Amino acid sequence: MCQRFLLLWSFLLLISCSGSGVNPPEEYKPVAVNLEIPTLFSQKLIAPVIPNDNPLTQEGIALGKKLFFDKQLSKNNRQSCASCHDPKKAFTDQQQFSDGVDGTFGTRNSMPLFNLAWNFDNRFTWGGKELGLERQALEPVKNPIEMHSNWTTVANKLQQDSEYPTLFLRAFGTSKIDSASITKAIAQFERTLISGDSKFDQYLLGNAQLTPEELNGFNVFMDEARGDCFHCHGSENNPLWTDNQFHNNGLDATFKDLGLGAVTGDPNDNGKFRSPSLRNLIFTAPYMHDGRFATLEEVINHYSEGLKNSPTVDPLMKKVNQGGVQLSPKDKADLKAFLLTLTDNDFVNNPSFQN
Amino acid sequence: MKLKNLIYLSFCLLFLGCTNDAEINLKPVSITFNFSHFWQSTAVTNADFNTIKFTNENGQQISIERLRYVISDIVLTHKSGQIVSLKEHNLVDVTNNQNLSFTTSKSIFPGEYTRVTFRFGFSNQDNVDGAYADLNTANFNVPSMLGGGYHYMQFDGKYLDVNSMEAPFNYHAIRAVDRADPNNPTFLDTSLVVDLGAVNVESNTQINVKMNLYEWFSNPNRWNLNLLNTVLMPNFSAQVQMSQNGANVFSLVNVTP
Repeated sequence: MCQRFLLLWSFLLLISCSGSGVNPPEEYKPVAVNLEIPTLFSQKLIAPVIPNDNPLTQEGIALGKKLFFDKQLSKNNRQSCASCHDPKKAFTDQQQFSDGVDGTFGTRNSMPLFNLAWNFDNRFTWGGKELGLERQALEPVKNPIEMHSNWTTVANKLQQDSEYPTLFLRAFGTSKIDSASITKAIAQFERTLISGDSKFDQYLLGNAQLTPEELNGFNVFMDEARGDCFHCHGSENNPLWTDNQFHNNGLDATFKDLGLGAVTGDPNDNGKFRSPSLRNLIFTAPYMHDGRFATLEEVINHYSEGLKNSPTVDPLMKKVNQGGVQLSPKDKADLKAFLLTLTDNDFVNNPSFQN
Repeated sequence: MKLKNLIYLSFCLLFLGCTNDAEINLKPVSITFNFSHFWQSTAVTNADFNTIKFTNENGQQISIERLRYVISDIVLTHKSGQIVSLKEHNLVDVTNNQNLSFTTSKSIFPGEYTRVTFRFGFSNQDNVDGAYADLNTANFNVPSMLGGGYHYMQFDGKYLDVNSMEAPFNYHAIRAVDRADPNNPTFLDTSLVVDLGAVNVESNTQINVKMNLYEWFSNPNRWNLNLLNTVLMPNFSAQVQMSQNGANVFSLVNVTP
């Protein structure tokens, strides 16, 4: 009797499966995207980091862009990621410190966002607190001095939105929205923010000429006896123009902000901050982790005469006891001229990155 | 015609020679190099960094803050006389405890090798500016005004100067360049071939090598950090002295299994 029942059940199951009217809808497959890597990057650098669990797709990137500009991510719907990371300003805000939704100011300068997929150690923010872009994107939404919301509220808001559930379904195969899928989408968009088309890039490709001043500035940059900038900030062979490592560059004798040391707990890391890229400096003032320098002249003067000694100052900082490398006025001016050749106007005007 | 016959005969003999060799049936294996670091007999890891705790031959107290170097050009001489050259390189990064163990991506046949060598740095031939994406990404390049290519080593730290104040040193080894005539620079290959002697290669062979950091400052040139501390890359004489001191820096610990 039992065998007959099983036979009948199997038969019914088979019929139901073969019925065309009850087939589940075919799952939507998002369209895979390969990053458009600048020629010099593909020639000189190893491949960028794309996590296996968050591959780039057209739908994910578009969703990430929409979220990046969406003020619903903040407590009072008045701030988006773009409020502090403006594409027209190389994704920073040109403020020393940014104010959050409650009018509270932070203590660090908003970092520009580009070429993030080439940060191979995957440590983000000035102090290296966030391991991975997805994890970094978790932070501002819930930070009380930034967007001051919480992820449950944000996910609920987006879930009630007329567009988002469908967009998440197409990007990630589920219309259920949560912090993980939101940050994955934002990270996908951020990985597409690539800046690699400056005058200096064109010079390296043989399509542009540098002025004598710019060339001398590059030599100052590369000369161990003068600027010695290349040990931390790249070269014609490292077009990121950063080593993405953490250094104490002699800003202070004592530290109010411990930087990497606050993350690792190691006093040997106190006062160390991540080297920023030198691309797009014209858009990213003020400078340093605390935005203390309003101009590039101030930055160059710091390395030339303003270094301060401390137990963790990087040994690559030369002549600290004399304040620095003592550049001539001409070398300073030419160094600035070279640095400005790393300006990528197409990046800040790229329509793919605008709201 | 005679030449063609000779070439043909050579190939035949080579082929027969190979088929008579019992080792031809063995599966090729990779070999692993493990690098450890010492200050004389005291083991050094990155946990020892950032503290002035070492004393060099010149009596100067120093700390280590950054240490990374490249090895390349592994060459094995088989007992038959055949030479196997593995054109690979590895950036040993002691600071971040990365790549202290390096397994060759290319394989060789097991057997008795009468001589195994690797190179500290790059030979002139291999020291091609911008050619290695991993080293570009690691920011290990040498400026083109110094001939380009790559650092052999970045060894940074601090020493106590004549006033007992901490001062930086950047013991950066590169191909030596003499720029006395800037329009006609001359280069000297100051990389070092490290001879590890005979090694019997089996499956899973581990070649354990140590670097004695003390040697960089002692033999034959007693290093005075008060005189030679930073901006050593363009200093031809300093580069030659580094290379001379490097002669006894590496040694074989053992080979396992």
